Amino acid sequence: MRGYAIEMLNITKAFPGVIANNEVTLRVFENEVHAILGENGAGKSTLMSILFGLYDADSGTILVHGKEARIRDPNDATALGIGMVHQHFKLVHNYTVTENIILGKEPRTKTGDVDLRSAEEKVSELSVRYGLEVDPRARIETISVAMQQRVEILKILYRNAEILIFDEPTAVLTPQEVDELLDIFKRLKAEGKTIILITHKLKEIKQAADRCTVLRRGKLIGTVEVADTSEEMMAEMMVGRSVLFRTEKSPAHPGKVVLDVRNLFVRNAKGFHAVRDLSLTVHAGEILGIAGVDGNGQSELVGAITGLIPVDKGSILLSGKEMARSSIRERVEAGIGHVPEDRQRHGLVPDFRLDENLVLKSYGKAPFSKRFGILDKTAIADYGRRLIGSYDIRAGKGPATKAGSMSGGNQQKVIIAREIELSPELLVVAQPTRGLDVGAIETIHSRIIAERDKGRAVLVVSFELEEILNLCDRIAAISKGEIVGIVDGEGADEREIGAMMAGVRRPAGTERKTS
Amino acid sequence: MNDLVRMIPSVLMIVSPILIAAVGGMICEKAGIVNIALEGLMGIGAFTAATVHVLLESSTPLSAWIAVLAGGAVALVVSLIHAYASISLNANQVISGTGINLLAIGGTTFMSQVIFRMERTEPFKLGMMPGPGGIYPTAWVALAVVLLSWYILYRRPFGLRLRACGEHPQAAASAGIDVRRMRYLAVMASGLLGGIAGGCLVLTQTIQYTGNTINGAGFIALAAVSFGRWQPKGVAGASLLFGTAVALAIYMVNIEALRVLPSEFFSVMPYLITLVTLVAFSGKDYAPKASGLTYEKGA
Amino acid sequence: MKGTPARKTDLIDRILASDKAISILVVLLGFLCGTILVAAVGRNPAGMYTAMLQTLTGLDITRGTWNIRYVGEWLTASLPLILCGLSLAFAARTGLFNIGAEGQYIVGLTAAQFVAIYGPQIPVLHWALALLAACVAGALWGGIVGWLKARFSVSEVVATIMLNYIAFFFSRWATMQIPGANTYRTPTLPETARLTSPLLDRLFNGSRLNLGLFVALVSCLVFWFVIEKTKLGFELRATGLNRDAARYAGIGVTKSITTSMLFAGAFAGLAGAVVALGSFSYGRVLGGYDNYGFNGIAVALVGNNTAGGTLIAGLLFGMLASAQPLMQSRQIPKEVTWIISGLVVIFISLRAGFRLLSDRRAKRRTAGLKETRDE
Repeated sequence: MRGYAIEMLNITKAFPGVIANNEVTLRVFENEVHAILGENGAGKSTLMSILFGLYDADSGTILVHGKEARIRDPNDATALGIGMVHQHFKLVHNYTVTENIILGKEPRTKTGDVDLRSAEEKVSELSVRYGLEVDPRARIETISVAMQQRVEILKILYRNAEILIFDEPTAVLTPQEVDELLDIFKRLKAEGKTIILITHKLKEIKQAADRCTVLRRGKLIGTVEVADTSEEMMAEMMVGRSVLFRTEKSPAHPGKVVLDVRNLFVRNAKGFHAVRDLSLTVHAGEILGIAGVDGNGQSELVGAITGLIPVDKGSILLSGKEMARSSIRERVEAGIGHVPEDRQRHGLVPDFRLDENLVLKSYGKAPFSKRFGILDKTAIADYGRRLIGSYDIRAGKGPATKAGSMSGGNQQKVIIAREIELSPELLVVAQPTRGLDVGAIETIHSRIIAERDKGRAVLVVSFELEEILNLCDRIAAISKGEIVGIVDGEGADEREIGAMMAGVRRPAGTERKTS
Repeated sequence: MNDLVRMIPSVLMIVSPILIAAVGGMICEKAGIVNIALEGLMGIGAFTAATVHVLLESSTPLSAWIAVLAGGAVALVVSLIHAYASISLNANQVISGTGINLLAIGGTTFMSQVIFRMERTEPFKLGMMPGPGGIYPTAWVALAVVLLSWYILYRRPFGLRLRACGEHPQAAASAGIDVRRMRYLAVMASGLLGGIAGGCLVLTQTIQYTGNTINGAGFIALAAVSFGRWQPKGVAGASLLFGTAVALAIYMVNIEALRVLPSEFFSVMPYLITLVTLVAFSGKDYAPKASGLTYEKGA
Repeated sequence: MKGTPARKTDLIDRILASDKAISILVVLLGFLCGTILVAAVGRNPAGMYTAMLQTLTGLDITRGTWNIRYVGEWLTASLPLILCGLSLAFAARTGLFNIGAEGQYIVGLTAAQFVAIYGPQIPVLHWALALLAACVAGALWGGIVGWLKARFSVSEVVATIMLNYIAFFFSRWATMQIPGANTYRTPTLPETARLTSPLLDRLFNGSRLNLGLFVALVSCLVFWFVIEKTKLGFELRATGLNRDAARYAGIGVTKSITTSMLFAGAFAGLAGAVVALGSFSYGRVLGGYDNYGFNGIAVALVGNNTAGGTLIAGLLFGMLASAQPLMQSRQIPKEVTWIISGLVVIFISLRAGFRLLSDRRAKRRTAGLKETRDE
């Protein structure tokens, strides 16, 4: 009988107002790949954070290789051979690969200095042994995301991790890189390691995992053998009801060209071209989706269209008018609406009231402003009350509620309300449902479709292929700053889009365009 | 030309305290804490050194050195206030640093009143004596401080970890480094060095401590950190540049040709040069990434 | 989840959330420390408090006399502090820390003195022009910084401190160019340029209280009105609270920062004018720093960057400053007021930390679990 590498028995962890883990029991066999599946807020990250020593459980026991263990901080976890590859990498950007790996456990020379040479040798040795290709001398800020992830893995292997926890590792990878990662899992397993995989991607669980534990709202739903369980069954365990894989929507009636992007070049923060010779069009009355993995130029594309990022070369035409050099305010006035991907950072002023946030772009005009530049606060509050009603926004103190105190879903409703009420010709929506629960997602999606039905042009950018397939009439795949191909939403093939996201072009002449 | 060469010992005398304080500021920021209290810490160091030296100078020939170390020690203790506020209580670092500057001005004059019954310290008879070539020993101290800081920051494991705390504290924490402890040590180092710098300044350039003794040297040191792009070599060069400007202001009156210009012109030079270089070479991207941001423990 | 623990956290949260409560707490703490310090060096702290009482009311408890002149002096001392406090508070609402208030104060003072000497000697118009000149000078001195920051991302902290010193030396040189000036003063200023008011002189028994009182009050009103009631104020507040969102919404951040520094500089410049034309009969060649710009930091922080709060805080610190000679005569080193100021600033810097703490507690409550942190 195989022994258990990890046993977490009856773990309970509560935060003020929510029970993140409610008597959860998890058992992971030695040398297996065990997936932990759940939606946002299900409690999977909390559970693993407890295992890695970032949180203390309120009650329950942890056994490692059969022996009871007290894990108070990451050092304790590391000493027990547990390592975690985080979703947001913890790498020092201007250190080399080697320096990042040895940080905190540096090999010393006889005089006590850092022995960089023997460090590089160790890194090369580990790299070859586990098939994790890296350049030991490269600085983190110059290497690809996939290589950065390998550095994270090497970090924990360097500390002799036997049990490796991966937190949503494929969120940032192209389909090809995902395959490489799954190969790495096989390699690690062959070397005797145990792998715990936190994810909500059903396909990858089917491809890589032996068993899967499903959590929902803090409770354990069950542990299943992956080979014997279908994706639909796992999805139902995860969500609790039959999941609608497609949103209801009527067919599109696209009209004239509203957004015309031609040969666009945009530089990213590091000075490289993140958008390269990109062209696309969006018509009135249609939703165009941009599918792609994070980091392929989507943020820069959205930034260039909305004015947040300067355009290097190329043109952006809104109903025929050149906008590429216009200020942000000019674009707002011209009719470009923007639901930003980072709602806390760009979309709202958290310390402002709800109604102040609703007029963030329109405060300067009547009825919100009177003569001599004086604000009409009553008019603003009335506007707030009206929109709270029509958009079903939950706000404890009405229009006076501080935006920062509202939940993510309601904050997003505020932003959507604001943008829609400005009647923009073009609505640009980036990551519209990030971090939201299923109910909020459905509401936001129906609002977006309603806008399209009103005859607006909608551009949706999302890292979730599922969302793009649900919502969009046409889908453009972006890879390394270029549009690789455009297909119709109706009957789109995920695999085809995935290949395009990885840079594989469609054969010339087979692109389907709507006039 | 000869005039300028003869000025070198005087220039070094003025550069040394600036450089020592700047290295302290650099270490502090490299670990992620902005310390604009350098001016105040230098003042506290200068006051303490002046007081200790006055009291001890007749008893022992080592009085000046004991005084400087005492200055460093007291400033170190005061810097703990800034450390506690910024690190353990997540205070706004610029405001807390300004508070210390205010405290230092008030505290030193207050203690002068209490100890000497006037708003300045009693003048001491003899400050630090220059060595061979007319160069004050503080120049060698400054050189040693710069070299030592480079060695520790870039060759020792401690330095690797400290710099990580300033660039990406979460990465350092996940590597098992105690970020808070590192930052405390860094702030204490800047306190120590700032105090020593103040002590060096008062014992080589004047005869007593008054409210005007430091007169912006601490802020010039801060500017040197920024202009030097937070690297030991750059900071040394920047301190040399700014210190030379200060020296010129004082010694230009000795050069006939320039007597035509009003003295205020020379007094303003160091600050003007500092400002112009700051603007011309504003290198915001060179600062340690996490400098000045509050660090919260957690996932 | 109810019970005693919940109620305890409720009270703490309420205090943490109330900026006013924290301000009061911090000031009391500062006074406490000052008192302990004075006692520790062997002086009688009661002297501190009798001095302060006399400053506020004119009542001398130890001798049983009453002279309202002390109250006038208190108000006079408060005026530059209130105005410099407004300067810092205005900048702070836009997210800027205006350590350059001292330099803006100096150029305002210098400009006012020049207009006083060279301006048309027509009653009321004369000092009005001088005040205007001070506003403009201060605004320009502040605007430079705002523009440098917005355009070149120059750290305003070091740049403004350099500008403070530059202003000082420039002021000395410029003022000494006035015919008839020596190394510490100019010729006597014409009466028409001065802010003295015979009515106030009579009311306050010969104190130096002057028309600057109304300047300060009007400034408070202007501050409040602009920040709370106008389009401009909306833009400045948005920029101060979340610069990224302000930019996203089309608000010009460079314009906001520069405008804010223009206003902040104007307030500080006005402070310089009020001191130059209200408290002195001749122009000064500055020998040292008046330090109102630096003390204004404490005023704005305690006043929580609002008009009303700054007014009250200005009066508080004005009281501390005005009580200094009285304290000195009671054997208390007057620098204790500086120390109290410094402590208050340090304690208030923790407020941001408290706010962070209470924000996190609130977020945990409404949003529930925080899975992955945004770094």
